This record gives sequence, structure tokens and C-alpha cells, in this order.
Amino acid sequence: MITGLVARSLDRGAIVFLVILAAIGILVPVLNLMMPVTSPFHLSSYFVALFGKYLCFALLALSIDLIWGYAGILSLGQGAFFALGGYAMGMYLMRQIGTRGVYANPVLPDFMVFLNWPELPIYWYGFQHFAYAAFMVLFVPGLLAFVFGWFAFRSRVTGVYLSIITQALTFALMLGFFRNNFGFGGNNGLTDFKDILGFNVQAPWTRAALFMASAFALIVGFVICRVIVSSKFGKVLVAIRDAEARTRFLGYRVEAYKLFVFTLSACMAGVAGALYVPQVGIINPSEFSPGNSIEAVIWVAVGGRGTLTGAVLGAVLVNYGKTYFTSGFLAPYWLFLLGGLFVAVTLLLPRGIVGTIYHWSAQWRERRAAADAAPEAVRAPDAAARPAE
Amino acid sequence: MLAFGDRFIALVFAIGVLVSGVLAVLTTGAQAGPYEDALSRFSADSFDQTIEGINEVVASGNAFAAPVITALQEGRLLFSAESKRVFIREQPDRLIDAATGQPAAGAAPADLAPVRLNNRLRRIVEAALGGLTLMAPDPGKRLEAAQAVLRSKDANALPALDQAIAKETDARVKPALIEARAAVVLYIDSASDADKINAIDLIRERGDQEALSLLGGLPANASAPVKKAAADAIASIQSSLAIWTAVQNTWYGLSLGSVLLLAAIGLAITFGVMGVINMAHGEMVMLGAYTTYVVQEVIRAHNPALFDYSLAFAIPLAFLFAGFVGILIERGVIRFLYGRPLETLLATWGLSLIIQQAVRTAFGPTNKDVGNPSWMSGSFDLGHITITYNRLWIIVFTLLIFVGLLALLRYTRFGLEMRAVTQNRAMAASMGIKTSRIDALTFGLGSGIAGLAGVALSQIDNVSPNLGQGYIIDSFMVVVFGGVGNLWGTLVGAFTLGIANKFLEPYAGAVLAKIAILVLIILFIQKRPRGLFALKGRAVEA
Repeated sequence: MITGLVARSLDRGAIVFLVILAAIGILVPVLNLMMPVTSPFHLSSYFVALFGKYLCFALLALSIDLIWGYAGILSLGQGAFFALGGYAMGMYLMRQIGTRGVYANPVLPDFMVFLNWPELPIYWYGFQHFAYAAFMVLFVPGLLAFVFGWFAFRSRVTGVYLSIITQALTFALMLGFFRNNFGFGGNNGLTDFKDILGFNVQAPWTRAALFMASAFALIVGFVICRVIVSSKFGKVLVAIRDAEARTRFLGYRVEAYKLFVFTLSACMAGVAGALYVPQVGIINPSEFSPGNSIEAVIWVAVGGRGTLTGAVLGAVLVNYGKTYFTSGFLAPYWLFLLGGLFVAVTLLLPRGIVGTIYHWSAQWRERRAAADAAPEAVRAPDAAARPAE
Repeated sequence: MLAFGDRFIALVFAIGVLVSGVLAVLTTGAQAGPYEDALSRFSADSFDQTIEGINEVVASGNAFAAPVITALQEGRLLFSAESKRVFIREQPDRLIDAATGQPAAGAAPADLAPVRLNNRLRRIVEAALGGLTLMAPDPGKRLEAAQAVLRSKDANALPALDQAIAKETDARVKPALIEARAAVVLYIDSASDADKINAIDLIRERGDQEALSLLGGLPANASAPVKKAAADAIASIQSSLAIWTAVQNTWYGLSLGSVLLLAAIGLAITFGVMGVINMAHGEMVMLGAYTTYVVQEVIRAHNPALFDYSLAFAIPLAFLFAGFVGILIERGVIRFLYGRPLETLLATWGLSLIIQQAVRTAFGPTNKDVGNPSWMSGSFDLGHITITYNRLWIIVFTLLIFVGLLALLRYTRFGLEMRAVTQNRAMAASMGIKTSRIDALTFGLGSGIAGLAGVALSQIDNVSPNLGQGYIIDSFMVVVFGGVGNLWGTLVGAFTLGIANKFLEPYAGAVLAKIAILVLIILFIQKRPRGLFALKGRAVEA
């Protein structure tokens, strides 16, 4: 049944996209590990780490697109779920350091020894087990999103109000995590990781495996989103996005729909953060900063809100641009460019790149159908492919 | 025979002393008095003699007494055992004759050595210094000395205190001296109970933290009535202190609230009228602050005498400049995004990045120095709290802006049209109001007020490209909390948040207080999703 559901939800574009993703997920590590360094096809480890990071961002963008593009919830605090997932993974990695830390304490991470903590706080218990940490990666962001969403959606906080309080949420978390007595390493966050599942995080093979895991997570996330948005459930979400009050009057429990999709997207963001941390080797409170969350929203806007492939594409494109610009002499101009991107995309390209392409092809099909002069040829384009105004 | 011999030696010695005294008078030309006698004791190189010397020098009332004792404390008092003279070393190679205060004539004696001190002496030296400064000519010094004695509770200072109190005429210093004396008496074991209870009464009048610690640290062997009096005094001080703490927190809260109100009020206007969240609002504040900086730089360069009036120039300029940028933004970007509030939010965020980076490129990323005019610096005491003039002026300034804005909304045609558009845009348009013009002007007004906020904030905060970022989330919170479309909501929201924040801070610390406030607002939104003073009726869904 599930395979049938998945098969039905994937149109041709989605399948092509998935194949490309799978190819990248396999080819990049292979070209990195198998090819000799001298070969023109060799990909450097730097590239693998960088692109792995982009894949995590793409998953984050996907989670934003699911709620913003299809349910009309603009969360400016999605970065908080990403960072929480990252911290859960970081805590596991910290516990794996063991006696190899500077203070060689078998239980306490270095920063706790440094701050004279007598023992491990209760909320750090269990993080030496990968399975528990992996569970927390999903559970903590999911729980926060559930509680927050339950309060917010039930009292019908919508639109910019919701955006602002999600921003306040991530801001509050940032302030909290900056504090040393919160027990998450304060300002410096968690870093200096050694092992993941017994493998050295720095080793090329581990990096390749993490890259493949990121690509796999992205594929799974994409399929889940695709299944949701092409189901009847997804149609209700779109209805909520376009006319929330009307949908409620039709008898749908709007807040339940929103709560489910919000929690799911928080879990996805958490996974993205968890895969991000071992690849960049650090997680600190600045990941919670409101600016990060808004930047992630613009990835979605650039790629095309309400088009899942667009979110992935936008995340990769904008981040590639960021890497390109901030590493050269153009660095001082990056913020001009990013700011300009925000303005230009909202003004000139409200559908985003992929959305515009869909729009054009739909128009072209319509026109051709009209030219064929078939009586009932004017088909409505796929609702999912058309972003909201 | 023996007795005769002793007498003879004594006689010879006395003559010798006499002769040497006459010689000293002849050589230095000064009157040999108790001060000079006291000085010569330092050259004896004996601790007991040094103590005598200290006491006598202090008692002599000579103008050089204070420098001599200070030099003694710092190990700069040198003596020559041979010539029985005492010097103060000013610089490594400069000696001053302690008797005359003039630079020592001729070559320094070969056997110079510092007057030695031990711990017992050091305490005596400190007390002597305290006593000396109690009678210093400068009232500020005397006040400091009185406070030092109050803290040290040194019984040795009592005679000096009594002397000083008798001589004191300054209305500020005299109570301090009396309080210091009370503190000393309270800690002298031999003082009578009646004296001690009197002292406790005096200290209770002081009524601050210092008084509390004085009374709380009473020795255990004090008699029962004294202990009771102290306990009563402590209770009364604590209750009055609690009130003062509340007053102080309220004051800080009002100050913070006025800053929040300044930053949020423009945001409330644009949000209320256009439903637009302007993420670049903080940058308008920042532009206002930089306008102040530029105005001050120009004044410094061309006419420093006008510096005290710099804000008078900065206020209209900041309003006009920020308002102009606001209108540009509205005409250039926001106009095309009406009805799409979330997109507006993103576009204005992008604008905020651009403005920040532009300012960073033009002025550099570092903090700029914006000075306070003289009438805004300094502070005064009100009871037990200190009120700084710049905070006070900012509250006044904020309230003026608030009242001005209320008047603008109520009594002008522009205000009327603005309210009409807020309540029902379509109806207002069909009544002939040019809504797009109102939108542009409203946005300009909101931005201009942000510019004014920048002028005020430049007086209390660092002027850097990130200035606006620090206020934007707080001002959103104020607007969300207070509700949209009603300036009173913004006022109440700002002051509530400011005061709540300052009352939470002592318990939770600044950061946790802020987090608590954010959480409280998120919970509050559950109860009233559209704020304290929400618009009711159809306008809500529009």
C-alpha cells in the first residue's frame, strides 16, 4: 500500500529529481574516494564536506517549503529546530570523545570540567548511545514544535504574528544557549568531535558516508513531502494556505492539519541539523540566530515556494553563491547581494525559479491545448505546481 | 659620685640638644616647634619613637603633616641618623626637606634610609591619614575620608572625628562625619549602651546597604538592649530599602520602556495602517543615530561652541532623513507587495541587510563616538536612587513624541485620513482618500519616528551598524503585545514589558529575564492573539 502511495505521488519531474539526487549521493563519494588525486574527475574532500553541508541546508529548505509553500505558515524560527537537532547530535559526539578530551574526563565533556561541574546534568544522560541521540534528534524539535504549534494554532495566531513569535522563539533559545549554566557549552558550543559510531569524523570514508546519509535523508524527506502534498491531506493544506477561514467553515480541523505538518517539518529540520553538525564539526548558539532562519526562508523563495524541487535547488544555489562570494575579494559585497536577492525575488520572481518554469510550461500547454481547439482542453494546471500569490 | 656623673652627662646632653636646636633654627630659618620635634623622632629608627612621631605630627596641625604621613605609608620618608633630618623622596633623585617643604639644599646625607614600618604601624598610619584627610581643605576629600572611616570603623579615628565634627561647616560633610562617628562608637566595646543606641539611631537614618552591614556586623558581646535596637533598625531599614528597590526598578523599567516605546511606535504605525511588518525598521533607528553622529562631527569641525545644541539640529535632520528613506522604500519596494505581508517581511529584511552593509561600508564596522551635550550628562540623587539626566530626557522626549503623534492622528487631516485607511481601506478609497499617498506618508512618518528614536538611542547606546538589530525583536514584541492600530496599546505594552523586565532581572539575571518575557508574550498571545488593545470588528480580518 505504501509503495502504491509513493508511486502515485511521484510524477515524472519528481522521479527525475530523485534519480539526480541518488546519482549525486553515489557519484560524489565515489569520485572523491576512488579517483586518484591527479585525475580531473577527482573531487576534493573539501568539496564533499561543502556539498554535504548544502544537502543538509536543502533538507532544511524542504522542511520550510512544506509548511510555508503548502500550509502558509511562515516560520522564522525553523533554524531553531535545525540547531536543536544539531545539538542533540553534538551531545552524542561530545560523549564519544571520552578520555581523549583535554581534561581526559571519561564522563564529563571538557567544558563542564572547565566550569567545575561536579557531574553530568540529567538531560545529558543517555546521549552516549547513538540510538537515543538519534531519537532525540527527532523528538526534541518535534516536541517543541508540537507544544508551540498546539498553543499557537489553537488560538489562531496566523500570518505575520506567527512569523514574529517564531522569530522570538529562536531568539530566546539563542540567548539561553549562550549561557554557560545551560550546560550546552555556552558561547563556544560543542566542538572538537572525534568519533561517530566508532569511526573518525575526519576520515574521508566517514565523510563520504555522512554525505551519502545526507543525500539519503534528503531523498526520504523529499518523498515524504511529495506523498503528503499530493494526497488529499495536501489538498486540504493548500486550501488552508489560500483560504483558512473558508476551510475551517467547511468543517476541517485546520489547527490539527497545521500542527501535524508543523511538527513533521520540525523533525525534518532536526535531522538536517543532526547531519550538518558532524560534517562541519561544530554547533554553537549562533545557529539559533534569527538571521539564519530568515536566510533559509529566502532559499525557498529563490527556488520557488510551493515547489519541493525548488526549495532544494534554491538552498544549493544560494549557498553556493554565498561560498563563492564570501571567499573572495567580493566578500564585503555579499550582504548587498543577499539583501538584493531578498528584494529582487519577492518583487520580480515571486514564483521562484522552479515555480516560474512550471508556470511557463503550464501556460505553454494551455496555449497549445487551446490551439488544438479541443472543446474541454483547458485543464487546470497542477495545483501543487502553482505557488500561492 | 655616680649620681653626679649622671647629672653631668644629662647636663651636657641638654646643652648639646639646646645648641643643636639653636643651630637648626639658624640653618633652616624656621621656628622649632612641636612639628619639628615630632619629625626628629622619625630619625630614631625605633618603632615606638615612630608612633610618637606620627601622633605628634598629626597633632601639630602643620600643613606638611599629610604629605609626611603619606610618604611614610609609601616608604618614601627617609631619615638621616647623623644629621637628624627627615626627607621626603618625590622622584628618585629629588628630595624634599620634611621640615620646610623646600627641596633639600646641598648634597643628600650619605646615610639616608627609609623610616621602617611594621603591621602595627601601618594600621596607625592609615588611621592617622584618615584623621588628617578628615580635616583636608577640600570638602570632597573630607567626605571621602568620612566614608572611609565609616567602613573601617577604626576606633583610633575617634579623636580626629570629634575634632573634625567640631570644625565642620559643610552641610554635606557634617552628617557624613556624624554617621562615621556613630559607626566608630558602635564598634567600641567600652562605649556605653546609651551611646550605642544613639549611634544606631543615627545609622538607621542613613538607611542604605552600608547601614545594614554596619548593624548586621555588630559584635556578639553587645548588650541585649543594643542588640534589640540594632535588630529594630535593621528591620526598618530593610522595609524602606525594599520600597526603594521597587522605586528604582520602576524607574529603570520606565527608562527601558521609553526606549522600547520609541523604537516600537513607528513600527506600530506602519503595521497598523498597512499591515506591513517592516524588518528594516531597526535600520531606520540606526540611520537616525548616524545622522546624530554626522551632525556632531560637522559641529565639532566647524563650530564647537554649538555642541550643546547638536541634538536640536540632529532631531529634525534625523526625522527628515529616515522619513525620506522610508518613503523611498515604500515607493520602491513595499508598494508592489501590498496584500502579501509575508513577502513584504522578506523584502524589508533584505533592505535591512543592504542598509546595514551600506553604513558599514561608509562608516566602518566600529562603534562611533556620539557625545552627550552638557545638559544631558550627569545625574542627581532622589532619595536612595540615582537618576541620570540622559535617561530622564529620553523619557520626556518619548512622551513628547507620543503626545505629538496622538495629536497628529486626532486633529489633522492627515491623521483623519490615516485612521480611515486603517479602519477600512476600501471604504476610505471610495470616499476619495488617496490611499497610496497615505501609505507613503505613513511609512515616511513611521520611519521618521524611528529616526528620532535613533537620536535618543545614540545618547545611551553604542552607535554601530548593528544598533537597530538589538531593538527590532523587542519592538516587535511590544507591537504584538500591545496590539495593532492603537497607540495606547503600544504605550502600555512598552512600559509593561520594560518594567516587567527590570523587576525580573534581579531574580533571574538579564538574559533569563529576557527569555522569560519572550515566553510570557508567547503565552499571552494564546489568550489574546491580537494583543492587549486589539481592533475589533471587520477590520480584524481585512
